[in-house]
Amino acid sequence: MIISVASGKGGTGKTTVAVNLALSLKNIQFIDCDVEEPNAHIFLKPRIAGEKKANIPVPEVDEAKCTYCGKCREVCAYHAIAVLPGSDGKKGSVLIFPHLCHGCGACSLLCPQGAIKEVNKEIGAIEIGEKGNMQFIHGRLNIGEAMSPPLIRQVKEYINSTRIVIIDAPPGTSCPVITAVKESDFCMLVTEPTPFGLNDLILAVEVLRKLQIPFGVVINRSDIGDGKVEDYCANEHIPVLMKIPFSREIAVSYSEGVPIVEKDASYQDKFINLYLNICGIKNEANSRH
Amino acid sequence: MKICITSEGKDLDSKVDPRFGRCQNFIFFDTDTGNFEAQENANSQFQGGAGIQSGQLVVSKGVKAVLTGNVGPNAHQVLSAAGISIFTGVSGTVKEAIGGYKNGKYKPADAPSVGSKFGMPGKSS
Repeated sequence: MIISVASGKGGTGKTTVAVNLALSLKNIQFIDCDVEEPNAHIFLKPRIAGEKKANIPVPEVDEAKCTYCGKCREVCAYHAIAVLPGSDGKKGSVLIFPHLCHGCGACSLLCPQGAIKEVNKEIGAIEIGEKGNMQFIHGRLNIGEAMSPPLIRQVKEYINSTRIVIIDAPPGTSCPVITAVKESDFCMLVTEPTPFGLNDLILAVEVLRKLQIPFGVVINRSDIGDGKVEDYCANEHIPVLMKIPFSREIAVSYSEGVPIVEKDASYQDKFINLYLNICGIKNEANSRH
Repeated sequence: MKICITSEGKDLDSKVDPRFGRCQNFIFFDTDTGNFEAQENANSQFQGGAGIQSGQLVVSKGVKAVLTGNVGPNAHQVLSAAGISIFTGVSGTVKEAIGGYKNGKYKPADAPSVGSKFGMPGKSS
C-alpha cells in the first residue's frame, strides 16, 4: 500500500506524521519526495548506501542542420526556446533556456531537420539507504534548479509496493505535489486548526478529489486555534484520522531531531491506530466497489 | 525604423507598461512614417517563458529598439542576441517615450534591469 502525506499549507507537520508513522510500523519503504528541501533524514538518520545522479534530457541544436524554421519553439509547451531567423546574410540562432525545459522531448521529436538531440542535464541526486529494516529513499534537487517534478518521478521509480510505502510530499497544491501523491492508495492531509490551515486544506482536498485518491485529515496542534477545520471535515464527510495536541514535549523532541515515538513509546500506539484507521477506510471503500 | 514600446493601452496616450515580458500591449511604432500598430500580449499569462516569447515576438516584427520599464534576464538575452537595443527605465505615456527616444534621452541597457518573474502578478508594483 502506498500512503502519501501531503498538506496545502507548509509547516503543518507532514514530516512529523510521516516519520513517526514509519517508525511505528514494520516493512516500511520511506520515500521523501520533498526534493526541494528534504528533511525526513534528519529525524530518521538512515545509513545512506548509495547515490545516483538525476538528469533530465534537454535539447541541443546542431546549427549545421538547423533551418531556423521555428517548429521547436512552436511545440515547446514551456516556452523555453526562441528562434532568431537569420537576416541580411547573418546566421540565425536558437536560444534554449534549460531551466524552463521539462525534458518532454517534443522539440527533438518534431524537428523536421532532425537537428535536435537530447543531452543530459543534472538536476539533482537520489540517495538510497536504510534504517533498521526500513528502506529509505530521497531526492535532492540541485540548488538553483526550478523544476522538481522530473526528479520526483525518478525518485518514485524506486517504489516497492510489496512494502508499506510512505511518501512525504512537498507542501502546496501544484505540480510537485501532484507528481508526489499520484498513484497513492491513500493520502493523509496534515493540517492545523487555523484560517490558513483551513484555506489550504480546502485547496488540497480539491486536488485529491480531482485525482480520485481516497484521503483523510490529520489535525496537528489540534487543541489551539478554532473548530472550523473540524466543522469543514464534518460537513464534507472527510474522516479525521488523528488529532495531535499542541505539546511542549513534541516540540522539544522535534527541535532535537528526535521523532516523538522514540522518546515516548506511548505515541507508537497512536500512530498504529492512525494506520488502522487508514486501512479501515480503504477496506470500506473497496467493499463498496 | 521600427521601435517597440510596452504599453498598458492600445494608443499613443496610454501609459508605458513597466514590464516587458508580461506587458499588456506592444506598440510597434515606425519612426519614419509615424504609423503605429498595437498588439495585445498573448504571452502575459504564461506560467513561465513570457519574456522569451515576448522577445521572440518583438524580434519577428523587425524592431530595432525596445522602450520599456524593466527587462528580465531571459528577454534580455533574446533581444540582445537579435541585436535589438533595449531602453529600460522608460515611463510616462507612449508618446512621451517616443519623444524621449528621438531626443536621445534614454541610454541603452546592457544588462537586465530586474530578476526572473518580476512581471508575475503580485511581484511588481
